[in-house]
Amino acid sequence: MKAGVIVFPGSNCDIDAYKVLEKLNVEVKYIWHDEKIDDEDLIVLPGGFSYGDYLRCGAIARFAKALENINEHIEKGKLVLGICNGFQILTELKALPGALLRNKNLNFICSDCNLIVENTDTPFTNLFKKGDIVNFPIAHGEGNYYIDDEGLGELIKNNQIVFRYQNNPNGSVADIAGIVNKRGNVLGMMPHPERAQDKLLGGEDGLVFFKSVIAYFKEV
Amino acid sequence: MIKAYIDVTLKKSILDPQGTAVKKGLEKLSLYTEDVRIGKHIEVLLKEDKIEAAREKIDEMCRRLLVNFEVETYSVRFEVIE
Amino acid sequence: MNRYEKVGLTKEEYKRIVEGLNREPNDLELSMFGVLWSEHCSYKNSRALLKLFNTKGERVLQGPGENAGAVDIGDDLAVVFKIESHNHPSALEPYQGAATGVGGILRDIFTMGARPIANLNSIRFGHLNDERNKRLLKGVVNGIGNYGNSVGIPTVAGETVFDDCYSDNPLVNAMSVGIIRKDKLKRAIAQGVGNSVILVGHTTGRDGIGGASFASCNLTEESEAMRSAVQVGDPFMEKLLLEACLELMDKEYVVAVQDLGAAGLTSSSCEMALRGGCGIKIDVSKVVTREENMLPEEIMISESQERMLFVVKKGYEEEILKVFKKWNLNAAVIGEIIDDKNLTVTAGDKVVGCVPVELLGDGAKATLRSYRRPKYLDELHLDIDSLKRVEDLNDALIKVLKSENIASKEWVYRQYDYMVRTNTIVRPGGDAAVVAVEGTDKALSLTVDCNSRYCYLDPYEGAKIAVCEAARNIAATGATPIAITDCLNFANPEDEEVYYTFRQAILGITEASKVLNTPVVSGNVSFYNESNKTRIYPTPTIGMVGLLEDKNKACTIDFKELGDSVILVGETLNEIGGSEYLKVIYGKVLGSAPRCYPEIEKNTIECLTKLIKEGLIQSAHDVSEGGMIVALCECAFKNEIGVEVNVKTSLREDIFLFSESQGRFILSAKKEYVDEIITEFKRYGVLAEVIGETKGSKIEVNINGTRVIDKSICDLKRVWEEELQCIMD
Repeated sequence: MKAGVIVFPGSNCDIDAYKVLEKLNVEVKYIWHDEKIDDEDLIVLPGGFSYGDYLRCGAIARFAKALENINEHIEKGKLVLGICNGFQILTELKALPGALLRNKNLNFICSDCNLIVENTDTPFTNLFKKGDIVNFPIAHGEGNYYIDDEGLGELIKNNQIVFRYQNNPNGSVADIAGIVNKRGNVLGMMPHPERAQDKLLGGEDGLVFFKSVIAYFKEV
Repeated sequence: MIKAYIDVTLKKSILDPQGTAVKKGLEKLSLYTEDVRIGKHIEVLLKEDKIEAAREKIDEMCRRLLVNFEVETYSVRFEVIE
Repeated sequence: MNRYEKVGLTKEEYKRIVEGLNREPNDLELSMFGVLWSEHCSYKNSRALLKLFNTKGERVLQGPGENAGAVDIGDDLAVVFKIESHNHPSALEPYQGAATGVGGILRDIFTMGARPIANLNSIRFGHLNDERNKRLLKGVVNGIGNYGNSVGIPTVAGETVFDDCYSDNPLVNAMSVGIIRKDKLKRAIAQGVGNSVILVGHTTGRDGIGGASFASCNLTEESEAMRSAVQVGDPFMEKLLLEACLELMDKEYVVAVQDLGAAGLTSSSCEMALRGGCGIKIDVSKVVTREENMLPEEIMISESQERMLFVVKKGYEEEILKVFKKWNLNAAVIGEIIDDKNLTVTAGDKVVGCVPVELLGDGAKATLRSYRRPKYLDELHLDIDSLKRVEDLNDALIKVLKSENIASKEWVYRQYDYMVRTNTIVRPGGDAAVVAVEGTDKALSLTVDCNSRYCYLDPYEGAKIAVCEAARNIAATGATPIAITDCLNFANPEDEEVYYTFRQAILGITEASKVLNTPVVSGNVSFYNESNKTRIYPTPTIGMVGLLEDKNKACTIDFKELGDSVILVGETLNEIGGSEYLKVIYGKVLGSAPRCYPEIEKNTIECLTKLIKEGLIQSAHDVSEGGMIVALCECAFKNEIGVEVNVKTSLREDIFLFSESQGRFILSAKKEYVDEIITEFKRYGVLAEVIGETKGSKIEVNINGTRVIDKSICDLKRVWEEELQCIMD
């Protein structure tokens, strides 16, 4: 399995994502925003403030050269993971439905965060059990997931909700913390699994998440 | 040249916590309002001299970048600048 | 008003300029003197006293005088750090003031070639019953958070303090810490005649013009109208600048780098030339401006943010411009190094100003002002026996836990991304933060501290305490304190009484830092923190860095298991002067500050770090504001592990609980290690005794056989956790 972490100007969780993949012996490289993606099996859109998050979070990043052929990539069935700012970019790209608004309390929130695993039938969560509670930290100011009723109905019908917050920190519709596309190969989530990679740093639930991806490619 | 003043706001159906906070803040000053909503104001200077052409261009800008129609809507006002 | 008064110079200073130049300065030149000879840039009122600091030590690679200090941490690495104030801008525009404060201190770190790995801050406000103070707190925290979060540097520790004296004069002190291979340390020394001077980063506008001289006068209503003196920060630009600079630091053709802070191009070019003993020629027409028709003097003193000055070997200009282009940064060759020791400003071919670098950069005379012991110091007597005894100490405890200074600061630090880069081992909320050093087993322990109430009661003792408390915070994580940076916030130095407190504080810092072997390697002075109504307490904020050889051994304040012994290290004395208890319960700021004995602190710290290293300690927490009882609560809260304490004492019960005697820790340890721990402390000449054990889910304290505190942790934790949150949301 090969992985690429896209680095936009303003990305700042790129290193953390790289570190966890490297730790799990995945062949991983950084992809600068104006390079093209190649045949990586997993593309990570990392957290941060791409292009300063000016205008709207992720609005400008979606025009980056690295994302030019992201749709073909997705159609081929390769995996795309958007964490935090990456999730925002994926909604701007319309690769995932909905939008991310300012946190309900208007403040940036950095804290540990318990999530309920809702869907284990994805390449990202196959090593979890449905209903597992995992701790992935959150660190965002605009993580308040919004989707209209109709869209929410679709998400539920297609089992696209992957993670829900145990205690909704930001006002997200239906406590949604992470969703996949219909096909299940694109995951966007506000919490940071890559930060939960070491007991010394407060927990390692994130390792199970990335090991799921590795396990998925072993089976394929 | 034409200057376009674009106001981007959250759709009516979407909760605007910033607006709510400002409404509450005003109330602390005994300034009561029916509703406060906060948006973005964007000014764009265009080479065009016909408003029609300018409108077309601004609409495209809004469609492709400036507005996220999932949650936002916009209005534009034009001013011809000598 | 005379033309020299307009730029904040005195008649005597103007005379010296005319003598030095042998002519009258033109407007441009005069503006440059105005900003560079301001207190903010020249340190004219503090330099003489700052010489008293001990700045040397076997680990020190770079002491004061550069953009930041640097200290050897082994493995060929150095830690680079500095603290700086952004008080006046934050008073006017809290969000931008605080944000640009963070930006400025970050640039000081990466200018040295180091990658910033952590930010800290010390912020102070008036009490939150005033809406204005709430707005200031909100703005400052937003500003610090947004800037640090966007750049992707974790904000890992800090202090938030409330006192009426900061109502009109909030303090915002920002500290940044970076890591570099020690042979790569860059210094801002301009050299090599003919080498090119390149300005990179944001375009230059009129923002922040006169910021430096603005920071050197008292805040008045007039300055409320001077709003344009406040700069606007762009963290995205900073991030690009940071990455581009770090990419270039390895390059042999980069001769020197200096960030543009106060007084913009004038100070950066002048400082670099002064250090290198050369001259610099700057062509203002080459500077990319963002506003039309900017005057040469506006360009020279603009404080537009996120800009850096590079000196590059001749012939390598294209190479460096290529890197900046990759990062989408503006960059232009704006001048060159010359050998006539002048700062020459041209607009195209026309010379518009020319002054000797030495006169401009070093000509503001360092003066030792006269000082006088303030009268108020004789009016602080506190008769402890006259304090009416509190009926229920449980209620008193709740009041103290709810006090803004003691209550949980989670509302503040949860707005800071303290985890980004995945190196944060000990998070905010404890004594000091611990951040892993990538590629090694080591970690840094980081803290900022100052109890300014003690400094008000006794500036010498208070400053000593600030250093010792910082050291205790570091030691509680298991790390050894290695060096400090200081931010000296004071009122008007022209007032003899203020200057006395300033001098005493410097003597106190010097004394403690010598004993603890933590030299001062960088710092900042901020004067004129006063308004018509109030002046701040002397506030010498200490930022300290400690080294933990094995990051896996990092210790936290939280009780870990039931059935552990709880040990009180150090002596509890009849010291309630200046305490939070005295303020909250009796409304008084009186008495003597607690005594501080650096030698004993040193032994305590050495012993504690040794025991932590040996794995004998489960948790360690410094006893500070709120005394032993508050420290016990803080140990108990996170894991909700209760404690029962039984002690005998001749002190009044409330004083025993809330005394803020220095040099104390609350430890918890497995029972089988207790004898060894107590014996070891005795060997170091330090008192330590078992006072109880972790048990149940209550805080219970029995003094001389009488139960004085009996409360469930949940109840106490709730008031402590919710207070600030409730006020602010």
